[in-house]
Amino acid sequence: MSNSNLTRRGLLKTSAVAGAGVALPTIFTASSAAAYTNEPTGGTVTLGFNVPQTGPYADEGADELRAYELAVEHLNGGGDGGMMNTFTSKALQGNGILGKKVEFVTGDTQTKSDAARASAKSMIEKDGAIMITGGSSSGVAIAVQGLCQEAGVIFMAGLTHSNDTTGKDKKANGFRHFFNAYMSGAALAPVLEKLYGSDRKAYHLTADYTWGWTQEESIVASTEALGWETVNTVKTPLAATDFSSYIAPVLNSGADVLVLNHYGGNMVNSLTNAVQFGLREKQVNGKNFEIVVPLYSRLMAKGAGENVKGIHGSTNWHWSLTDEGSKAFVKSFGEKYGFPPSQAAHTVYCQTLLYADACQRAGSFNPCAVAEALEGFEFDGLGNGKTLYRADDHQCFKDVLVVRGKENPTSEFDLLEVVEVTPAAQVTYEPDHPMFAGGALGSCNPGS
Amino acid sequence: MDAIILQILNGLDKGSAYALIALGLTLIFGTLGVVNFAHGALFMIGAFCAVTLSKILNLSYETIDETKTDFLGNPLKVKTPYVEAWFGPDIGASIIDWAVPLAILFSIPIMIGIGFIMERGLIKHFYKRPHADQILVTFGLAIVLQEIIKYFYGANPIPTGAPEVFRGSFDFGVLLGFDPNAIIYPYWRLVYFAFAAVIIGAVFAFLQFTTFGMVVRAGMADRETVGLLGINIDKRFTIMFGIAAAVAGLAGVMYAPINSPNYHMGMDFLVLSFVVVVVGGMGSLPGAVSAGFLLGVLESFASMNEVKAILPGIDQIIIYLVAIIILLTRPRGLMGRKGVMED
Repeated sequence: MSNSNLTRRGLLKTSAVAGAGVALPTIFTASSAAAYTNEPTGGTVTLGFNVPQTGPYADEGADELRAYELAVEHLNGGGDGGMMNTFTSKALQGNGILGKKVEFVTGDTQTKSDAARASAKSMIEKDGAIMITGGSSSGVAIAVQGLCQEAGVIFMAGLTHSNDTTGKDKKANGFRHFFNAYMSGAALAPVLEKLYGSDRKAYHLTADYTWGWTQEESIVASTEALGWETVNTVKTPLAATDFSSYIAPVLNSGADVLVLNHYGGNMVNSLTNAVQFGLREKQVNGKNFEIVVPLYSRLMAKGAGENVKGIHGSTNWHWSLTDEGSKAFVKSFGEKYGFPPSQAAHTVYCQTLLYADACQRAGSFNPCAVAEALEGFEFDGLGNGKTLYRADDHQCFKDVLVVRGKENPTSEFDLLEVVEVTPAAQVTYEPDHPMFAGGALGSCNPGS
Repeated sequence: MDAIILQILNGLDKGSAYALIALGLTLIFGTLGVVNFAHGALFMIGAFCAVTLSKILNLSYETIDETKTDFLGNPLKVKTPYVEAWFGPDIGASIIDWAVPLAILFSIPIMIGIGFIMERGLIKHFYKRPHADQILVTFGLAIVLQEIIKYFYGANPIPTGAPEVFRGSFDFGVLLGFDPNAIIYPYWRLVYFAFAAVIIGAVFAFLQFTTFGMVVRAGMADRETVGLLGINIDKRFTIMFGIAAAVAGLAGVMYAPINSPNYHMGMDFLVLSFVVVVVGGMGSLPGAVSAGFLLGVLESFASMNEVKAILPGIDQIIIYLVAIIILLTRPRGLMGRKGVMED
């Protein structure tokens, strides 16, 4: 009797498993003949570039798309090859990836998690994208990273600075080249101590979402370790456009430093408001009042105009770096588009090359093989010095730049100057550091 | 006490922007009976008039400086504004520095023109349609205008400074007998408040003391009767639409140095301004202005750390909370007229 062992509990279990199987989204069950999701079978391979094309970060998204297109051109053997010439891994041949011509599709994240997931899902299911990359917000990156883990494709994060991306929300299929909030704190703190001393009172204004929270936590920890006192930490709504009512209380708080844990339009407006209220000219506790913007980007500095002059922060990369990789990328990008690339453009260009190189070295597009090739991979020549893609959390560890708003810019691009290149060792932390605890990488998912 | 004075100043300033936008909204609703969701876009276009004039004044010719290099290592192209070449470096630089106030003159005909085109080209076809249709079409128009601005100016905010003389901040603390630095307020925000007061006063005076204004007020009260007297009230209402557009545009021009203009700034203000109009009372001009200042001050107080310590998140909901309370107790708003928006 074949079903003599069938019990009521067994039947329920079997039904539940079968039911769950039927209920699974098509991304788990489509192309069942393939070994993994979207295994390329023809002469081409499709990458999915998911960036904000509308919404407040659209300019960053546009710069990311330019860099992606440049990377595809270089991978397919076009242009001058850019950083492929300086990259220490020589696996890429300029004939696509594993001999397949690289094609791409684009999606619009709108800087909204649900829209970003929908466009990534569409690129995976309808366009057959084998890798998704992009983003310009940690909320978006974490949401899309989760989707890619479920779907069984690799996610190469673009702009995402929250500790959570490779902390509590890390995923085996997700990789981040960009630095994070902890690293900003670790790089900035010694410079701040040198400039402003160890006896300071700081007031934080913080964007009220994952990135703002982890940045505030990181900067508070690193400055308090110097001896600074944190006077207050105030969360500001993401939708805020006028920060004057948040700036006004700073005047009487006894603080002598204002830390703006804001990004994009929020940072432009809060910094502009702070300068308008005369905080730069103020003297408190016998010291000059100072403003710190922990995460800088050139595009943001452009929006804030001359208000950024003399203000310090950190950045992942800057076009004025003089290493061979940076010079090659700036030349390539500058000649094609007429202006230097942003840090957003740089990180996504690197991510595309790193993915392609990992496929080439693995000899496969299988996400698990690619992940294995990226884990613990050490490289150089991509503009940030020697870099390690750490296996434990899929975070890149490399030099971090401390920058300052330039007092006398010589052109509209010359807004920030690099004041310190913080060595990777100084910003490296243990994988189980409390700020990154609470999640598990899990195991790689190759999909169907 | 000093913190309270500071937040009152802040509130009056925020309220200035709310009141100016709500004033225009109410003018359009009161005259044409149209709920104009594109009004925030008119505010945004005003701010971009300032950006545009600033860009025009900065139009430059290039010379090559062989001693310096650009980011690609090529000889540096140095830009010199034509205005500086024509008027000399000092006068030219001053003209560029005063781009925002000069944009007031530049923007008035543009905004009135845009208002006329909007009203004659699109909105007049929706006078007799339900309010829902009007909202949909004007909201669609707002998105179109927003996307046009984004296409030409990009998505990033564009810094547009106030004239140098207004860039500092005024120390009220010393004036009022407090410690120095206790109450500092930016000069330009004081200018904005004064400007708003002048514009609001001018609109009220225009409606109250001119024949044109008297006819418009009569038309607002009873359009048909005024029409039967042989007065072309439609023409006057079109002109009022242009004036309302100009008020929103001027509010935007002068707001440009406060927060760098960006393509979605109109939407940021629109919802709040509608709440202001509803709280003030649909169709009531004094209601719109007083509610604008009232809600601006309340929002500012709600952002104080002491208030948020007791009521976390109150700064984000205060305006809507007040709107609910007022509408529950006074369904027509603070100064609303009977019959407006009622069947």
